[in-house]
Amino acid sequence: MKTTRHRLGVAFFAALPLLALTACGSPSEPAADGSATLALLIDNNESTVNAAKSVVEAFQAANPKIKIQTETRPPGGEGDNIVKTRLSTGEMSDVFWYNSGSLLQALNPAQTMVDLTGDPVLKNVQESFLPVVTQGGKVYGVPAGTATGGGILYNRKVYEKLGLQVPKSWAEFTANNDKIKAAGITPVISTFKDTWTSQLFVLADFFNVQAAVPGFAQDYTANKAKYATTPAALTGFKRLEEVHAKGYLNKGFGSANLDAGIKLLAEGTGVHYPLLTASLPGFVDKFPQVTTDIGYFGVPGDDAAKNGATVWEPGGAYIAKTTKNVAAAKTFLAFIASPEGAAAWAKGTPPSGPFRIKGYQLPDDAIQVAKDLQGYIDKNESAPALEFVSPVKGPSLEQITVAVGSGLTTAAEGAAQYDKDVEKQAKQLGLAGW
Amino acid sequence: MRALRRSGAEVAAFVVAVVVFIVPFSFMVLTAVKDELQSAELDFAWPASWPIVENFVAVIEARDYVLLRAFVNSTVLTVGAVALLVVFCSMAGFVLQRRKGRMGTTVNFLVLTGLIIPPAIVPTIWVLQGLGLFKTLPGLILVEVAFHMSYSVLLFRAFVAAVPRELDEAAMIDGCTGFRLFFQVIFPLLRPVTITVVLTTSVAVFNDFVNPLYFLPGDENATVQLTLYNFQSQYSTQWNLLFMDIVLITIPPLLAFVFFNRKIVAGMTAGAIKG
Amino acid sequence: MTSSRPSTATPPEPRTAAAGRRTPRRKGRGNPYPYVFYLPAGIIYTVVFLVPTIMAFYFSMTRWTLFDSTFVGLENFTDFFAEQNLRIGFQNTLIYAVSTSGLKVVLGMALGVLLTSRLKLRGFLRSVVFFPVLVSTVAVGITFSVLLKPDTGLVNKALALVGVSGPDWLGDANTALLSVAIVDVWKGVGLATVIYIAGMMSIPRDYYQAVAVDGGGAWHRFRYVTLPLSWPATNSVIILSFIGGLRSFDLIWTMTRGGPGFTSDVIASIIYKQYQAGFFGLSTAGNVILFIVVTALVVPLTRFLSAREVPA
Repeated sequence: MKTTRHRLGVAFFAALPLLALTACGSPSEPAADGSATLALLIDNNESTVNAAKSVVEAFQAANPKIKIQTETRPPGGEGDNIVKTRLSTGEMSDVFWYNSGSLLQALNPAQTMVDLTGDPVLKNVQESFLPVVTQGGKVYGVPAGTATGGGILYNRKVYEKLGLQVPKSWAEFTANNDKIKAAGITPVISTFKDTWTSQLFVLADFFNVQAAVPGFAQDYTANKAKYATTPAALTGFKRLEEVHAKGYLNKGFGSANLDAGIKLLAEGTGVHYPLLTASLPGFVDKFPQVTTDIGYFGVPGDDAAKNGATVWEPGGAYIAKTTKNVAAAKTFLAFIASPEGAAAWAKGTPPSGPFRIKGYQLPDDAIQVAKDLQGYIDKNESAPALEFVSPVKGPSLEQITVAVGSGLTTAAEGAAQYDKDVEKQAKQLGLAGW
Repeated sequence: MRALRRSGAEVAAFVVAVVVFIVPFSFMVLTAVKDELQSAELDFAWPASWPIVENFVAVIEARDYVLLRAFVNSTVLTVGAVALLVVFCSMAGFVLQRRKGRMGTTVNFLVLTGLIIPPAIVPTIWVLQGLGLFKTLPGLILVEVAFHMSYSVLLFRAFVAAVPRELDEAAMIDGCTGFRLFFQVIFPLLRPVTITVVLTTSVAVFNDFVNPLYFLPGDENATVQLTLYNFQSQYSTQWNLLFMDIVLITIPPLLAFVFFNRKIVAGMTAGAIKG
Repeated sequence: MTSSRPSTATPPEPRTAAAGRRTPRRKGRGNPYPYVFYLPAGIIYTVVFLVPTIMAFYFSMTRWTLFDSTFVGLENFTDFFAEQNLRIGFQNTLIYAVSTSGLKVVLGMALGVLLTSRLKLRGFLRSVVFFPVLVSTVAVGITFSVLLKPDTGLVNKALALVGVSGPDWLGDANTALLSVAIVDVWKGVGLATVIYIAGMMSIPRDYYQAVAVDGGGAWHRFRYVTLPLSWPATNSVIILSFIGGLRSFDLIWTMTRGGPGFTSDVIASIIYKQYQAGFFGLSTAGNVILFIVVTALVVPLTRFLSAREVPA
């Protein structure tokens, strides 16, 4: 196996007489007096944009010599590609916010980002966060934003009206669904037009998988455990199948999108919505009642005694290696990962879970889902999602879960398809053991 | 009787056209002038309130007036790319149709290749970087020219076929060959297809979404299609603003069409009378 | 072909020039159709398209993360063929390309005939039919996704008025692909129509007069003049829309993302998903395969079509 780096590209350039690489991502050279302008790349979700605006304003007020110019990129797979393309072509902005965990691993941080191991910018970062921004023993990022809970968002008003209790087991959950259905309300909201929302029954079931098979993540990474052959892991697919088969879903789930789903949930015409808590802050303006009416619980498992939440870690703020303003960029990162930075963030966008920053507590007026999630974390009843403990994550899960959740594919078939999908990814990443 | 049938057919055609083509557009416009909450209903209802000005201002002001910059960028991009396309592709299409031989076969193959193969993004970025044209409007113009070239050459070639060779020969007797033959005799005759090429490629370039995203990144450089992202993200969509944006960015192609529409008809009529 | 007086088509001036037919190349002057005309287009095409494409072909044989590439031979090609939903993808691609290009030919020709006739509303109808071409694919996709919604969508509301309960067009595996195909035709038929109008307008009036003299009616005019003489237009429409259909994915992507599940996936959307997943080598291999497939279908098709083309 022979590894080349852009050999063909390099050869092509060498042949070109006009080898004039354009100016890279940073708008200006550092000046002697420490003043600098930094470019910051973020995704264009309303909540990210609002948070970034607030953080940047607070930072510039505290550091008048540094100016931040924010640019946005689309979210999702398209955004992943833009980040990769810009990093690999040396055109990345000085600082950028991006996912932590398995997605970060695909960015080749050692080649593309500034190493922050042992740097004072990490001073206020909770140690538990560091593994998700670490590759090869080196730390590359600070947390930008809050942790988010994956599980069921539910309408508390309807729960109150029907006299329901938050379910601790799948059986209780099913009983609740039956009562809700009997009351003529949609028990479970699904929105498969936004395919990513279909994955939650599988991905957010990971707390239960972990509880039943503690070594699953390691074995899974090492190509020893599979979804299709591990009953606890297969359960997530079965839940999806069951919810559809029992007729719990809203009408038109196949072409509904997140907006429509949140509307159903907020107005109480749908009660359970498998989702991330982070999806809610963007709707606070449109449906102010979601701050108090909508709560969160982890996907219930078979065993009521082992009940908890699956948690997605915050994304990270990273410094591109091509920046000419490392010092200023580090100042900015240190601010993001400070109690003041977290406070500024919370001012811009209501936090949907705890920050991973020492010395900052969720405010008392935080939205209900964030408080519910904090409750699980305080009781130590939470586990990180699989993508934060394993680099292996197949890209087609969302299509597979749509197919299973629409009754096009059985749970067993879906799980087997996903195993194959994962294998393809592991091979493409060149992971050991695949 | 015949006249009656004829006008009956006209009415039928009119009704079908309205239902099939006008209704979707009126939906866009109606949604664009609703308030945010009602627009999220996504139905064909009459607007309950009419925040036309508010929506308009909100779309224009969004992200530091990015839409206005985007309009400037898109205009420069479209005009530049289309001008190059028309001149270069009509020349190529002319020779391609007239002169057969091995070279012609190769070029035909390359044209087809260009039509079939999806462009390779990252290597293209490397090449543009090597030329110092990455992240510049001229770079993106070249990209658009290259990606729309096959289509334009194909159209020009097809319509050069309809220009009688006898014309060339008459011109040659007068001593016109090469550039003079083409630009003085042939090119003016290609007016109908030139207008078609101008209209379709300018719409394609103006409406291009993917290439600006990769080859001209950054808010400063946004083109109009990218502004659609401002109102639609993974988590929420402001439907009224999204549709207001759609309506606004559809106006320039519409104006171009209104302007060229007459010319198409005029150009074609001229061609037809000559025949 | 039946026109009794075909020669009147040629304008008088060129006819006198026909004497020079045998000596198109004049000595000492170079070719009247110089290859240098290819040069400007050729340079741009080579530098911005051909060179990157050839580089990409190399990367199709590597495991390529954009940062590193490891040579793996033909592994990506075997992996691509092992893709689980490839068969659906191939089927859908063919269905989509054939149905959209077929409909565009038929409707485009019909509209072309209609809009070159003496309708009073000709101008209005021409504009209206062409209008969707002007709107960006993304905007069309967004709009129709909304119009085709099961509950609130206008289409199903209209169907409900006549007592039909419409399906969840884009959310139902049985209707998703065809719904997108119809929207594709809606958006693209204006272009086909314009190509037809241009072709039909350049048919010399004399041919029609000849048919009229022979006592032929509207059907004869269509069958023996319009249809054969608009062949170059048909040729262009078929080639453009068939290739477009085989490669198409942007509308599918905005409207269904290949879903629900994988049921409306086409090859191009499979490739795009691999690209999004960061499997750049694999997706490039997919592109090479798509190229070969399209070429294998299109080259014989162009041969066939141009063999039938009426000489100018």
